Amino acid sequence: MISIENLKKIYNHVTVLNIPGLQIPTGQSFGLVGNNGAGKTTLFSLILDLIAPNSGSVSNNGIIVNQSEDWKRFTGAFIDESFLIGYLTPEEYFYFIGELRGLNKSDVNQFLRQFSDLFNGEILNKRKYIRDLSKGNQKKAGIVGALIGMPQVIILDEPFANLDPTTQYRLKGIIRELAAQKNTTFLISSHDLIHTTEVCSRIVVLNKGEITKDIQTNTETLKELEAFFSKGILEEV
Amino acid sequence: MIKTFLSLEWKAFSRSASFKLNLALKIILGIFAAFYLVMILALGVGVFYMLKEKNLEPLSTVNKYLVYWWLLDLVIRYFLQKSPIMYVKPFLTLPVKKGKIVSFFLGKTAVSFFNIYPAFFFLPFSIVLIANGYPVLQVLSWHVAILSLVFFNNYLNLLIDNLDRVFTVVLIVLVSFAVLQYYKWLDITIYSTPVFQAFYSSPLLGFAMLLLPLLLFRYCFSYFKNVLRTDEAVQPRLKDAQTENFTWLEKYGTLGTFLKNDIKLIIRNKRSKSTLLISVLFLFYGLLILTNKTYESETWRLFAGLFVTGGFLFTFGGFVPSWDSAYYPLMMSQNIRYKEYLTSKWWLIVIATCASIILASFYLFMGWKIYLAIIAAGIYNIGVNAHLVLLGGAYVKTPIDLAAGKKVFGDKKAFNLQTFLIALPKMLLPLLIFYIFNRTWNVTAGYLAVAVLGVLGLAFRNKMFRIIQNIYKKEKYATLAAYKQKN
Repeated sequence: MISIENLKKIYNHVTVLNIPGLQIPTGQSFGLVGNNGAGKTTLFSLILDLIAPNSGSVSNNGIIVNQSEDWKRFTGAFIDESFLIGYLTPEEYFYFIGELRGLNKSDVNQFLRQFSDLFNGEILNKRKYIRDLSKGNQKKAGIVGALIGMPQVIILDEPFANLDPTTQYRLKGIIRELAAQKNTTFLISSHDLIHTTEVCSRIVVLNKGEITKDIQTNTETLKELEAFFSKGILEEV
Repeated sequence: MIKTFLSLEWKAFSRSASFKLNLALKIILGIFAAFYLVMILALGVGVFYMLKEKNLEPLSTVNKYLVYWWLLDLVIRYFLQKSPIMYVKPFLTLPVKKGKIVSFFLGKTAVSFFNIYPAFFFLPFSIVLIANGYPVLQVLSWHVAILSLVFFNNYLNLLIDNLDRVFTVVLIVLVSFAVLQYYKWLDITIYSTPVFQAFYSSPLLGFAMLLLPLLLFRYCFSYFKNVLRTDEAVQPRLKDAQTENFTWLEKYGTLGTFLKNDIKLIIRNKRSKSTLLISVLFLFYGLLILTNKTYESETWRLFAGLFVTGGFLFTFGGFVPSWDSAYYPLMMSQNIRYKEYLTSKWWLIVIATCASIILASFYLFMGWKIYLAIIAAGIYNIGVNAHLVLLGGAYVKTPIDLAAGKKVFGDKKAFNLQTFLIALPKMLLPLLIFYIFNRTWNVTAGYLAVAVLGVLGLAFRNKMFRIIQNIYKKEKYATLAAYKQKN
């Protein structure tokens, strides 16, 4: 579904991302882990054509993202709060995105029904604009916005951060369920190793802009990852 | 501490993504300001002798008209003096006294062109007065009183920006004065001249005027310090959300979706709401210019027409796509074509311009020739300028903080010098065309030429859109990066 070739991003002579090649097949739940500054958001921004690569290319379903806009039809994303329209109510925001993806109001309402647990009664029909919601609730609205219309590719940057534990569990359930029933490709980044190993079938570790590990998730994955991220620290102790 | 604040200010300015544009605008403004300062200086030195020659007593004559200057100064300040912006949130948890933050903020407003330019008139004028044998103490007290009025305006303007009730009171007072004066029911100079004269004749009163700005400063200080204390400065009070459906727009497909959003954008944010208000005020700009004998020529009529019909075009259109700056990454990754996005903005501008042309029909009372000029200008605005503002917008790249209206130290002005400077070049071309055709043939040919240009612009709409679209695409990454810098 997504294929990356020789992708390089350089800021002020520092290479922040360098990926010679990466293939993400259709329907895979792809997890991206790494420390701060490892290049996770940079990679997602490149896939969404929000920044320009210095060399190489990203193609989404065969479409090179910085040459044609056609990939936008089947891609949904939530990176940060700049994906929210603050002066709309959550409903209006969902309808807006729904209309752009060819869904009418009742389609959207039907789709939203499955998220009533996640919303916990704090999002819909609250007569509040998104800008007045709490950080966590804004995040919920943004994530659900990215799911509307079930695009074939869904990109979520740090979806678990800022959410309360209950919501984190619910969100994990939703992602797993959606990934299983439909042929949706999920791209998820996180600092949280446990969440990522639970949700994703494949995990890639980014370190200083380069892929250092690429593993299919199994029972040993979490241990392997924990060992990787605590390596230096354990030696010091 | 002040040094730290100042260095932060400088960093905010020099490291901003729109630094080049800001710098260019500042240089242009600097040239304008220098020009005006020289003129004012010349007036300050010369006015004494000019009045003397006409056998008028210089000081009392100046005193007679001072009230107009003072009120006008306030109005000009309201439109042009930018209220300084400060991002206070990071300081609130640091060991900085709140009083320090507020006094720096208030002190900053004092360092402004609008507080300096009066000195260029009153300083030389006072010196000339003393040189001509007027008593030093009395001239000094008069001077101090005027200075006090200048700073009174400075802080009053700050309150007008921040407190709606002050704005309303000042507006009512000013408008009623203007009406009384216009219909000659009351001449305020009769009442004001003795007051200004008293600053000179009784020095005690003149020096006592110092209390005025000081008291206002104290009030501003306590007001801002107080708001800084409550949640309001940091977290605005919530209001129940209105929900409008605009279902009638749904039949226009994606275009309707965008229009719906744009209408909500305009009516739900303070900054954009005041833009709408300003564009209504533009409608009346013609009254100002067309009733004045100096502006009787047809070229001025066309100039007025461009302004009257272009209010929304210049104040809103000039800042597309900055209105969407807060969620530009969303717009860039959603299933949206540039063409659809631009078309919806274009329609919004065109509808507003058409509405302005219709609303401006009251100018018919001033003669159908004036309305003809307005129609020609309106067609030009729709056909050519509507495209040009969208084109120029790609390069503006100043993020608009829609929520700023709610912040105490935020930028609340919808109309500022930047808007004006960006709009000005768009007026020159039609005026030039008109001038040429008017000179070679006649007035009708001039208006016709301007209108035909507008129709041509409409005919080549698709071509224009393709060009604009390519520029937006080329600027996309730079724009995204610029909008990321919120403060």
